Amino acid sequence: MSTAETQHFSILSVFTKLADWIIYDLCGMTEGDRLAGSLHFFIEDTTKIFTLLIVMIYIIAWARAALNVERVREYLSGKHRVFGYVAAAAFGAITPFCSCSSIPLFLGFTQARIPIGITMSFLITSPIINEVAIVLLGQQLGPEFTVCYVAVGILAGVIGGAFIDLIGAGKYLTPLAAQAANHTTAAQHAERVKMTMRDRHEFARDELKTIFSRVWKWVVIGVGLGAALHGFVPKSFVIKHLSAGQWWTVPSATLLGIPLYSNASGVIPVAKSLIDKGLPIGTALAFMMSTVAASFPEFMMLKQVMKPKLLLIFFLLLLTMFTAVGLIFNLIESAGLLT
Amino acid sequence: MKIQILGTGCGKCDKLYQNAQQAISELGTDAELEKVSDLSQIMAFGVMTTPALVVDGQVKVTGKVPSADDIKQIIQ
Repeated sequence: MSTAETQHFSILSVFTKLADWIIYDLCGMTEGDRLAGSLHFFIEDTTKIFTLLIVMIYIIAWARAALNVERVREYLSGKHRVFGYVAAAAFGAITPFCSCSSIPLFLGFTQARIPIGITMSFLITSPIINEVAIVLLGQQLGPEFTVCYVAVGILAGVIGGAFIDLIGAGKYLTPLAAQAANHTTAAQHAERVKMTMRDRHEFARDELKTIFSRVWKWVVIGVGLGAALHGFVPKSFVIKHLSAGQWWTVPSATLLGIPLYSNASGVIPVAKSLIDKGLPIGTALAFMMSTVAASFPEFMMLKQVMKPKLLLIFFLLLLTMFTAVGLIFNLIESAGLLT
Repeated sequence: MKIQILGTGCGKCDKLYQNAQQAISELGTDAELEKVSDLSQIMAFGVMTTPALVVDGQVKVTGKVPSADDIKQIIQ
């Protein structure tokens, strides 16, 4: 083990010691007790995740303070399609974005003559990849899994977007969206905002406040559920009912995940604890992606710009993509290529 | 002065409306405050991230909720 690694571990062991102190010293519980074990796990994980989140959200917000959707739009308009899908998905991953803005964004991009598929690439990848998901995945499931997740999230946006254009989705827009497409006010030139250190700090502080106050509950619920599953669901149950041998578990997990509303912070700790119990990683990945990528409220919003037929196609597209992801990863895992 | 809050009805938009209301009453100016939730009107302002604050037809803030004090500085 290198010095850097040793140091890394000793920093994170602070949280183990904190949990030791709270559970065994402060509450006077005995080591080895089942409840004490669960509580210890819960406190260690939540404090660790909270600290990592605070540091990472701040740093990333600081770095991307000058990036906004107006600049992304200007960059994407008039670009070659194939490049556009990849760029839009990549921007979706790094741009801060709240799902309540998805409709104005959809219309704004459409106005700038950006093909619908490229906009969809942005909208599909945006909720899947964000700093919160990356912190949680890295901490809970390790770097290899995190890289796979990010790659799949971008690929899903690219393929999904390309497919939407391929079927000529422009026909299936509501009058409101079609009007935006014809109403081509050339995208106003987006000013490149000059940002001082102080502006960046203020932006990062606000982002931290907004994001943290939104996700902390989910982390607590997710880690709590994970801890409960860890302690009370027998491994044999997961292996018997949810193993890779039963192919239908993947589409069912995806189907269950799409309407379910959660964000990455709630679902990742649960997935981790199920993977520990023997849930195939492909099934877990399919479930995670479908839970965070789409939700019932999201579909209700998209109804304003998409006709029901396109909504249905979009739903089936997500279902197919995430099921494929799950099956492929289960296959790779059972072939022994992943450890 | 006319102040408009653009938003499709999410929680943040209500918060911005309240902050704007507070800012106006604390300043004691008589400004007209209006909520705009119609999408085509929002689009006409070229706004892509809601909520947004518009003062006399000019977009001042988008995609975040400024505090009442921030709003006071903007409209003064």
